[in-house]
Order: sequence, then C-alpha cells, then structure tokens
Amino acid sequence: MNKIGETIIKRKKLKQNIRLINEEQRISRELDLDIPEGLYDKCPKCGKLTNMKLNIENDYICKNCGYHFRMRAIDRIKYILDEDSFVEKGIGYITLNPLYIEVYEAKINKYKKETSLDEAYIYGFGQIYGEPCIIGVMDSHFMMGSMGSVVGEKVAKTFEYAIYKKLPVIIFTASGGARMQEGIFSLMQMAKTSSAVAKHSALGYLYVSVLTDPTTGGVTASFASLGDIILSEPNALIGFAGPRVIEQTINQKLPEGFQRAEFLMGKGFIDQVVNRKDLKKTLHQILHMHRRVI
Amino acid sequence: MNILDKERRLQALEKNINDLGDSKSISKLVEEVENFKKNEMTKLSSWDRVLLARHPKRPKSRDFINYLAHDFIEFHGDRLYGDDLSIVGGIGTIDGIVFTIIGQQKGITVEENIQRNFGMPHPEGYRKALRLMKQAEKFNRPILTLIDTPGAYPGIGAEERGQGFAIAENLKEMSRLTVPVIAVVIGEGGSGGALALGFANEVLMLENAIYSILSPEGYASIVWKDASKAPLAAEQMKITAADLKEFDVIDDIIEEPFGGAHFNPNQTFEKTKKCIMDTYYHLSGIARMELQYQRNAKVRNFGFLQRFNYDNLKEVQK
Repeated sequence: MNKIGETIIKRKKLKQNIRLINEEQRISRELDLDIPEGLYDKCPKCGKLTNMKLNIENDYICKNCGYHFRMRAIDRIKYILDEDSFVEKGIGYITLNPLYIEVYEAKINKYKKETSLDEAYIYGFGQIYGEPCIIGVMDSHFMMGSMGSVVGEKVAKTFEYAIYKKLPVIIFTASGGARMQEGIFSLMQMAKTSSAVAKHSALGYLYVSVLTDPTTGGVTASFASLGDIILSEPNALIGFAGPRVIEQTINQKLPEGFQRAEFLMGKGFIDQVVNRKDLKKTLHQILHMHRRVI
Repeated sequence: MNILDKERRLQALEKNINDLGDSKSISKLVEEVENFKKNEMTKLSSWDRVLLARHPKRPKSRDFINYLAHDFIEFHGDRLYGDDLSIVGGIGTIDGIVFTIIGQQKGITVEENIQRNFGMPHPEGYRKALRLMKQAEKFNRPILTLIDTPGAYPGIGAEERGQGFAIAENLKEMSRLTVPVIAVVIGEGGSGGALALGFANEVLMLENAIYSILSPEGYASIVWKDASKAPLAAEQMKITAADLKEFDVIDDIIEEPFGGAHFNPNQTFEKTKKCIMDTYYHLSGIARMELQYQRNAKVRNFGFLQRFNYDNLKEVQK
C-alpha cells in the first residue's frame, strides 16, 4: 500500500476521534478573553511594563508608545465587526501530516489548545456598521499564522463564498509565510489562493486586504498583496523574505524602519497606513462607497 | 559517499583504463567500471538528486532554449525598471510552432553567475516574465517556462521593489491566461520564486530535478537548527520528481540519461522536446476558456487535508 493509502486509513481514525466544536466551546472561547485586572506585560517596542487590561481597553494599543499589539483573530473580529453579526463559515477542517513529521501533529494540537482555534485562519460573514461583507482573519498566535493546506483551502473558500453571496471580501493577514511542515502542499496554496482572488476579482467584486504585523513569505507573495485596496496597520512588518534571511544574505545590518508599513507606503505598495482606531471607520467608508446597487 | 564523489571515482576509473592502453588487466578494469556504474551510480538518494540538480555542469535554460528553438529571439526588460538577467525570455520556434519561452538562467562561470545573480530573480525579472506572458496571450502563442532557481532573491533592492507583490501579480495573471502554459522544472525549483513561473496547465519535471518550498539546508536549520543535516531534510521533504508525481503536483517525469543530464545533454534535450511537444499537442486541442478553467481547477485541488463531515457526526451522537 502506498503512503497516500495509509493516510486515508489514518484520516478515518482521525474522524472517529474528532470532537465537535459545539456551542459550549464557542462560548468558552469568548470567556477566555477576560483578562485579570492586574496582568502586566512588556511592550515589545518601548520595553515598559504596561497594564494589559488598560491596553486592551485602548484598542490593543500601548498607552505609552502607541505600539499596536498583535491581536488574536477572535479579538479582531469582535473589534472590527458589529456586535453579534459574525457567522463563522468553513469549520471542521482537519490538518493532516503529509510528510510524516513526528512532532507536527503534537505541535498543531498544542496550538489548538492554546488558541482554541482549528487553524491559523477563520472566516465568515459579518457586518461593519451595517455593511455586509465576508471577513477573513489570520491569527499569528497559531504557529505564526503559517499557511498550510487548511489555511489555503479556507482562504480559497472565502472567495468562493463571497462570489456565491456577491459580497466584498476583507482579509486581515498576519503570517510568517507558507508552512514548511507541509512541504510542497503549502507552496501550492499560493497558486490556489491567488487563483481564487483572480476569480473573485474578474467578476468585479471588491477585495480589501489589511496587512497587519507580521505579513511575510508566501502570504505576501499571494493573496495578501492582491487586494484592490491594500491597507496596513502602523509599523507592521511586511515583506517577502524575513529580515534575518536578508541580513544573512547580504551580510550587513538592515536600516531602521526597513520593511515596515510606512516604508512600503513610501515605495508605493500600500494604499494607506491606517491607525487601528480609525480602521473600522475606514473599512466602512470603503465598503459603503463600493456598495452595489441592484 | 554522495553522487558527486561517485562521479569523481568513475572518472578516475575511466582514466585508469585510458592510461593502461592495451594491457592485460584492462578487461578486469572495464568490468570493475561496469559494475560500479550498475551498482553505485544508479541508486540515487534524494540528496544525490539535490546535488545533481545543482550540478555546475548541468545544462541551463539557455542550453535548452538553444537546442529547442534555433531561431530564438531574446527580449529584454520589464518596461518599468530594468532588465533582470536571471530570467531570459523571448520567442522561438519549436517544431514549427512559435512559443513564448521564459526561463530562469543560472550562470556557468563565476562572472556569469554574478551577472545572473545565481539564478535568483529580482522583481523586474518577474515583471518581464509577466509582460512576455501577456504578449503571448495577445498573439495566442503557447507559453513554455523553464524553472531553475534556488528562489527569489532576498535583498534590500528586491524588497524595495516589491518582490512579494511581483510574484503575487504573476500568479494572479497566470491564472487568467487563456493560452497553453507548459512549465518544465529543469533543475532546482525553489519556493515562490519557482512557482511564479510554474502556475501552468501541465508541469513537467526532469528526473533529477527538485521542487520544494525551501532549500533542504533552510529546512534543516529551522527544524534541527543545523544546516549540515540537509541530506536528512531532503529525504523528509519529498522534493524529488517521483515523490511529486505521487502527490500529483507534477504531471510527467522526463527521463534523464545515465548519471544525470550533464552526461548526455543532447539526449536530455531531445527527450524534453518530445515531452513538451506531446503536451502541447494535447493542450492545443482544448478551447481557450477551457484552458483557463483547467489550470485553475488543477490548483484548486492541491492540498492535503480533510473536512469533518457533520452529517456523519449527527448519526454518531444519536
């Protein structure tokens, strides 16, 4: 029997073991967000210990220096969309282990537990001040938001669902790139997602991509940079190769602010760098201006 | 002992025979060489294939193009910024049919390699490729791409000019093309830099070529923090033509002569030409929109995952 055959058997076993993400788990996901009063964390930019509770109330922006903290996907959805408007789609995907790497499955399970997500990406229907759209959010806390088969599939499904619903798409990207543990399959997701974007775009629908910290690698080189409108959060790291790889290749230190959102806007690749506080308003304006009157 | 050592050993053995002239022991030596060829040189590990794919003597894109299309005319520049020599592009006739040919070109000598940036394209290279592909679309010409790159270049200039954006644009536009696109991986196919030319209707691959998400060295240094474990990584990553054929990522494998493409380049070129033309005649019968659909439907199926079936679950719960 070949290896694919073995995997099919493995899949069947997985099927038996899988637990349903039921309503209870969904509620517990949201309860996780309650952060105790006295929790302090170090800001990566200014290095000061800051009260996370206050920062979160301040839209996940550091009170001291204005650093935009990396948001979890669920927080992002809560923050951007109208209350109770989000309907998650595409649940129940299972990440498999095509290259038989021993630690991979354990790693995925660990991240699943930590983030209470299935994968590094969630999408669904939502409304921004009443404007309907399909929204997809990547979570950098899940294995650095890397794009494997499941993430690629879900991104493609996002666009297909948007075509079906005739709605614009907004995607928040946060990813280290393609997931190397899935080898060539991850690479092919770049083609798959780009092709989905092209299909959606050819039909005349709007796609807004919002690049958040960090967006690098295979995600930058596919759907993240194909938006009709590309927005970004301040100081987000955006690039194809990671800064460390570039430093190793050229053997010199990179200049300050290299590959940051403002730098890329200066080079002409991003439409606008938008502060997180204005993001919802800006997105609503864009959606409103692109509303299709039937 | 990897394939390069074996190659050197074979050369030493053959030199011995030549030196001996017509001595008695020659038959014994010939036998030894034959045995060595049969037993040692034919069993290739994944790492051996990586070494062969990077072999300095391995035929490069330009060699393929010169053999395939004698009347090749090269077109330079992306009409936006500059000309990238690590990607060669132009038009040429293969078996009486005009193709747009785009290939990633490594150098042979050190100077040429520096000029060609070791086959690692900058954004302007990808934009040149895209320009030529759109031109092909206009004149309804089939497109042939030859892939041989360690990856897109990670440097300051490349980032400033939007490496990721250029590759993404290529992928998006290639998915809308309505002409036959044939990609051949002739050497190293490294990550997004290779895929930017590899989004094709049919992907062919030489037997000893590799196609991977990152180099085995990169993989080893991420997983084991040790780049010297690259041979192990090559095994684990499943990057050879045979593995990829099993995954259905590529469509056909082009056989190479004994010892790799550089042992007998002309035979390799001939086989490649035959395979390309077979594929072309297969694709030329398909309608233009159908070609676009086929290319997208093909990538749509890539992925190794499973979706949980909720209908089954309800039964289980009952």
